[in-house]
Amino acid sequence: MKPEPRPGPSTIYLYELAWILPSIAIPVGMLVALTVTAFGAGIHLPGVGGRINPQAVAQTPPFNETGVVQTAPGRYEVRMTAQIWAFAPNEIRVPAGSRIRFRATSKDVVHGLYIPGADLNVMLLPGQIADAEARFDTPGEYAVICHEYCGIAHHTMAGKIIVEPRP
Amino acid sequence: MSALGRETFVPDPRLAGAFVTVSLVALFGGVVTGLLQALTLAGVHIPAHFLVQSYYHSLSLHGVLNALVWTTFFICGFGPFLASRALATPLHHGLGWATFWVMMAGLVLAAIPLVANAATVMFTFYPPLKAPWAFYVGLTLVVVGTWMVTLDLVLTWRRWRATHPDARTPLAAFMSLVTFAMWTIASAGLAAEMLFLLIPWSLGLVSGTDALLARTLFWFTGHPIVYFWLLPAYISWYTLVPRQAGGKLFSDPLARTSFILFLVLSTPLGFHHQYTDPGIHQGWKLVHAFLTFAVFFPSLLTFFNVTASLESGARARGGKGWVAWFGKLPWGDPSLAAQVLAMILFTFGGIGGLINASYNLNLVVHNTAWIPGHLHLTVGTAVTLSFMGITYWLVPWLCGRALWSRRLALAQVWLWFVSMAIFSNALHRLGVMGAPRRTMLNAAPYLQPSWKPLLALVGIGGALLFVSALLYFLNLLLTLVASRAPAPDLPAFAEAMSGADHAPIVLDRWRPWLALALVLIVIAYGPTLVRLALTTSLQSPGYRVW
Repeated sequence: MKPEPRPGPSTIYLYELAWILPSIAIPVGMLVALTVTAFGAGIHLPGVGGRINPQAVAQTPPFNETGVVQTAPGRYEVRMTAQIWAFAPNEIRVPAGSRIRFRATSKDVVHGLYIPGADLNVMLLPGQIADAEARFDTPGEYAVICHEYCGIAHHTMAGKIIVEPRP
Repeated sequence: MSALGRETFVPDPRLAGAFVTVSLVALFGGVVTGLLQALTLAGVHIPAHFLVQSYYHSLSLHGVLNALVWTTFFICGFGPFLASRALATPLHHGLGWATFWVMMAGLVLAAIPLVANAATVMFTFYPPLKAPWAFYVGLTLVVVGTWMVTLDLVLTWRRWRATHPDARTPLAAFMSLVTFAMWTIASAGLAAEMLFLLIPWSLGLVSGTDALLARTLFWFTGHPIVYFWLLPAYISWYTLVPRQAGGKLFSDPLARTSFILFLVLSTPLGFHHQYTDPGIHQGWKLVHAFLTFAVFFPSLLTFFNVTASLESGARARGGKGWVAWFGKLPWGDPSLAAQVLAMILFTFGGIGGLINASYNLNLVVHNTAWIPGHLHLTVGTAVTLSFMGITYWLVPWLCGRALWSRRLALAQVWLWFVSMAIFSNALHRLGVMGAPRRTMLNAAPYLQPSWKPLLALVGIGGALLFVSALLYFLNLLLTLVASRAPAPDLPAFAEAMSGADHAPIVLDRWRPWLALALVLIVIAYGPTLVRLALTTSLQSPGYRVW
């Protein structure tokens, strides 16, 4: 079979250009989309939440009293510590429609705080205070999962959030 | 050197053979432990102390052997081999072997605690999980070895340059140099983590460490390391595969451009692995998100250039139409089939990577089973299946015997492709459904009934991948001991339709690109690293909790 003629250098240059321009436009378009959705929808990544001595967590406010505090109607703050292989508190009850701000840290190794249904996803590093928020509109039980390998019983490290229907 | 010398030059097979042998032994260990992982997730009970002491011990072995050892040793053998061949200039004999033994010493040192279950810290070894000093020192020696490879490449290139003052650097040598130059810059983060934090801490010279500073230095290297794994596969796709497909490289200048962009853009984007880390400003995370999307550009250039090159081969073989030409590729060649199938799955890996890099979408997938799903498409297929394809010509040439069975090799690469599609798809879906990664899910209290069919698919896919790997090793072993036919010649480098002469001369300069790479790193990492270095106190003791 006779091979088809091969393109010459100037045709190649045109093909290159025809590909390069959309190759710039596609990532730029994606970036615009993600910037608009991130800031338009108010999705925040964890930022700088402050340092803490990981060996003195139990003596350092607010982690000297872990638990749930109501800060305003429908708003709660959870002060949480993670250590092998448990969260404290490990069970949280709030009414549906609540907004929870988590302030959390680790007392030992790196842990994670992951609540699949609420898309809450933050690392808990010893030495750093993590600060993240999520809304719980749908009643039900949400798993609180440690999603960073933290030792031999890592898979047992979990808690739950029970979102109760509004009366 | 005479014109004839270039054609008859043959690189030293023994050094490349030594590196490739070690890499294949590591891959074997990695696939055995990988099988244990996959079966455990599917609910198959693996008796305690069968080969390994726990799920997490197996997982650490799997990650270190496959992601770190198989890749690095293969690349340190293959990259210089190809560069030496392209330059028709031998590598520095003594330096090459010194490099090999430094890396071997490091490997043995790191392997002792790893095999003994004393370094069950995963291949990311995030402190304050604490492994014995030998693990950190051993891995550091392996990195030092890679720097020696860079030195060898530079010296070899300079010797070539002395006799070819006006020639363009041959593409394969240029790409090997870029790969190792990029890696040498990028590995500074890992080296700093080892030398300033982990080694003194594991030796008891300092009492504490810091998780965030260590992670930041780790990910300085941890993202570009995937390009260090991937670019050697690209070198094969650009410089050998077009000819294996019966065609020519579409554009040499565009290929050089994409590699220069990888040199410049690979490193200043590591925060996209730390989007969910507290202690790094959101603004800098967004800057790294932007730079991550920038590095998508050279990947798109590669996609176009390699596909156009394949198309030229398929058309020369009578392929027609917009898409139908694809069937006319020489699919009977296992080396080519492996690499084209690797490219196909890598397309999905690339799309998944964009999702990972997306500032906000990352919250849905970070640290879920989606991530190993992604990694198995990229390192586990784009890299590994391509390297397997390369070994289908390299290993026969190294042992001087033809591949034992091409049909077995073809069956093996297709089995890898299909099994990986099953395995990786199941992991991606599990991740979206909320399953965390690196977790013995079948024993987790939050195991969902809806995860179980997908975990079964992980087990089936993993078992089939293991079968594919066994066929691969069987074929290579029989090539060594039972094959009687002589080895075919090394595949020749592809000619280019638009050759190096069309490339702007600035693409053959090193200093402006290295300078630009360093400037971008200083901008993207400087403020955060300086702040962390000045404000961090090393307060975390070490933990051995496995």
